[in-house]
Amino acid sequence: MRPFDYEVATDAPSAVAVVVGRADAAFLGGGTNLIDHMKLGIADPALLVDVTRLPTGEITDRPDGGLRIGATVRNSDLAADRRVRERYPVLSQALLAGASGQIRNMATTAGNLHQRTRCVYFQDVTTPCNKREPGSGCSALGGYTRYHAILGASEHCIATHPSDMAVGLAVLDASVIVAGVDGERSVPFEDLHRLPGDRPDLDTTLAHGELVTAVDLPAPGRPVRSAYRKVRDRASYAFALVSVAVVLSVDDATVTDVRIALGGVAHKPWRAHRAEAVLRGAPATVVSYERAADAELEPAAPQDGNGFKVPMTRATLVATLRDLTTEDR
Amino acid sequence: MTDMLEPRAMGRDRVRHDARAKVTGAALYAGDHAVERPVHLHVLQASIGRGRVTSIDASEASALDGVLTVLTHENAPQLSNADDAELFILQSPAVAFRGQIIGAVLAETPEVARQAAGSVRVAYDVEAHDVDLRADRDDLYAPEEVNAGYATDTDDGDVDAAYDAAPRRVDQSYRTPLEVNNPMEPHATTATWSEDGLTLHDSTQGVHSVRATIAPLFGLDEDQVRVVAPHVGGGFGSKGTAHAHIALAAMAAKVSDGRPVKLAVTRQQMFSLVGHRTATIQRVRLAADEAGHLTAVAHEVVEHTSRIKEYAEQTTVPTRSIYATPNRRTSHRLAPLDVPVPSWMRAPGECPGNFGPEVAIDELAEVCGLDPIELRVRNETDVDAATGLPFSSRTLVECFDIGALRFGWSDRPTVPGSRVVDGWRVGLGVATSTYPVHTMPGSVAKVRSEGEGHYAVHIGAVDIGTGTWTALAQIAADALDVAVECIDLEIGDTSLPYATVAGGSSGIRSWGSAIVEAARRLRSEHGDHPPEGANGESEAADNPDTEQYAMRAFGAQFAEVQVHCDTGEIRVPRMLGVFAVGRIVNPRTARSQLVGGMTMGLSMALHEQAFLDRATGHIVNHDLAEYHIAAHADVADIEAIWVDEEDPHLNPMGTKGIGEIGIVGAAAAIANAAHAATGTRVRELPLTADRYLP
Repeated sequence: MRPFDYEVATDAPSAVAVVVGRADAAFLGGGTNLIDHMKLGIADPALLVDVTRLPTGEITDRPDGGLRIGATVRNSDLAADRRVRERYPVLSQALLAGASGQIRNMATTAGNLHQRTRCVYFQDVTTPCNKREPGSGCSALGGYTRYHAILGASEHCIATHPSDMAVGLAVLDASVIVAGVDGERSVPFEDLHRLPGDRPDLDTTLAHGELVTAVDLPAPGRPVRSAYRKVRDRASYAFALVSVAVVLSVDDATVTDVRIALGGVAHKPWRAHRAEAVLRGAPATVVSYERAADAELEPAAPQDGNGFKVPMTRATLVATLRDLTTEDR
Repeated sequence: MTDMLEPRAMGRDRVRHDARAKVTGAALYAGDHAVERPVHLHVLQASIGRGRVTSIDASEASALDGVLTVLTHENAPQLSNADDAELFILQSPAVAFRGQIIGAVLAETPEVARQAAGSVRVAYDVEAHDVDLRADRDDLYAPEEVNAGYATDTDDGDVDAAYDAAPRRVDQSYRTPLEVNNPMEPHATTATWSEDGLTLHDSTQGVHSVRATIAPLFGLDEDQVRVVAPHVGGGFGSKGTAHAHIALAAMAAKVSDGRPVKLAVTRQQMFSLVGHRTATIQRVRLAADEAGHLTAVAHEVVEHTSRIKEYAEQTTVPTRSIYATPNRRTSHRLAPLDVPVPSWMRAPGECPGNFGPEVAIDELAEVCGLDPIELRVRNETDVDAATGLPFSSRTLVECFDIGALRFGWSDRPTVPGSRVVDGWRVGLGVATSTYPVHTMPGSVAKVRSEGEGHYAVHIGAVDIGTGTWTALAQIAADALDVAVECIDLEIGDTSLPYATVAGGSSGIRSWGSAIVEAARRLRSEHGDHPPEGANGESEAADNPDTEQYAMRAFGAQFAEVQVHCDTGEIRVPRMLGVFAVGRIVNPRTARSQLVGGMTMGLSMALHEQAFLDRATGHIVNHDLAEYHIAAHADVADIEAIWVDEEDPHLNPMGTKGIGEIGIVGAAAAIANAAHAATGTRVRELPLTADRYLP
């Protein structure tokens, strides 16, 4: 770790101005990922702008029946919020499936969205990594790939996004409110994170200095069924091998609306549009679910060490849909 | 027959002597000792798998405020003894494995030392490294002997003929992965040179063994080196021998103008600097008659050693003693690789070497159509085939009987995959556990009367979290026939009488025997009311029974496993270990040892696997986020109990040692239970969800 300056932001516009003006500055939220990176030598910001005291720590009702989640709401508080548990249980479940109690007490909403891959090569400065050092190569190819992508990867990077919360948000039609030098803009959640392509060093579509201030959730609408299911290598405190978030409406044994996101399989929370397209209007049966899963996984391209993720994703998705529709609700 | 001590304090539950100090932070660990103006050290490690350092540019590092010296092979003090290549660091530019120590930064603070270490530029001549363990390598070789002095190979009877003729057979290959000890307290050393010599506050399992290793490295007599370790936060074998970081700290202290040097090894560095358990590839062949009596057993193992220092895990040793059979062959072959130096990890040999055979026994039970407990009972023996000697005690069948009743063995589903509860397939499994009673002679205890019925007891033993402080006081109390409160124990310092290492589950037995003999000497020379200052000092009494009997601890491991029908996720809701380990000195600390061993076995079964990357040559999942050990949520109901085993041949306390047996057999019991749950036989650890995907 190198010496760095530290200042506490008092309002978003000036925080943005400071970071935009310095390429070597970074926002600091709960610090559960960035501080690790500074210790490991992955990140060495010369200035940390602490945004945790901005007035973004509240969860507020929106006029449309939705919620605005402040960027610095702690993961524990978000998971425990009664409105979240009642209206968006899939988000609460996803949050509680991640990390540990101690980490959730520190981690913020925006920080969670910005956390970086746990690819072991990214985290080890003695190995080449295109995400950490563009052009140096990808050590994961042919290496330890148990936690790596099977969808949407590139020859430059096969890392996965580690967040559970983000997978839950991906099925809620969320929007991310971003403050920049030109004011505020709203980014559809699916457009926030990006696939690696030939720029795996970029995790999101945000520019340097743009600050996430909130996440907006629209009203949940008609009664829906939802679930977050995470499969991991130990019962807690492990990143997903595979996770599935589903929001589903069924009428007369037919799927009328569905949103599915997958975690642990791609460089971003993976919205399963192919599966959704198969399911929309299809009978709510296991046969449909299997067809949907197969359609989604058709382009899957696993590595030597994670071929199991294809059948595991299929099994987890099918079982999650099955469990949501077999019990009489 | 030994002169047995009457247990009064022994056998009673007693709170740890050091419990309060530990939970209040008052107990000092190796990195905690206050020294004046310490210099802080950060290790530089090779980032290639094999080759030579051609240049080290430390100009940027040296220019940082607070950096004192950057130590490299170009300016390091010369070491006096090259016998141990692991310790002979910074004496040449050669790199033998990735992560090897190639230098160190000395600085005023640990932060500056670490920062500077990150800016040292090293250039290498890179040679191709090889870290690929395969059974078909053409350079496998037979070591002269394997760890703890056992024979490399054994071959009794005619295994091939018996195997060919047998009606019931199993021939399978089993694999255990590379595992890393990961005690909670990372290794740390504080080194100080003075006119009198070298003082080390070290996190070690043996102060005298560190002294014996380090002294010749620096051309010192042993009495010029003092090693102190009052409290140690776990070792699991990784602190059983002196590793290179201790030599580095001592070297750095030699060039720091008399200032003490503090070195704390990071968790990541531990994966290449303080030992590991080799991966093993085990071929097991079992042959039996129709009734399940073993007619042949073959256990052939391929494992790795580092190229620069041989370590041969004694993986097949338990197979030589555990069951009766007229024909038996065991062998070890080593692949010399460019890997860090492997070493002891909790129950070396016995633990990985139990996995293959105990799963194979389960497979044989299936082939024979027998209850796996019944199959084991049919192959019981009173004689240790490895030595031809009768066991001093062997209470294995009773362990199985008690365990089967308590665990509900008779209610288990006997058809694999036949019981499903709430979407989880459920199965029960068992395995035999065993661990030898190692004899480690040489420990000396001193007992001194302090007047008014109080006694000082001095021995250079170490408490690595096991309860030594507590248990030795209980033994001393009984040896002197006084209350435990009358014992003033001192341990953890080479200024105390010589003690053997806390390893091989031998500590309490070796040290306690010496204490008993010293107490007896005091009593015989000075009577029941010795004057203040009267001494008794002694090694343990000779025990001729060690020549007459084979001595081993045994146990029965039971596990219940749930495997998710959809995802293959695996959980262990219940484990029970029933152990026959001689007398128990302190039920509280003993239970902690046994449950701890079983928990580590659970962790081995489900989680632990160091991934040695062929391309980079190092363990890439080198922290506790990526190298999984069991989390609390994985550890459910683990129960350890023991039978009352009175064995008069062992030692005055009647103890066998309990530090390691808890881990032995746990993984096999879980693997066997997972097979019972699913019908899927997984022969490679760890047992992860993907292996049980439907």
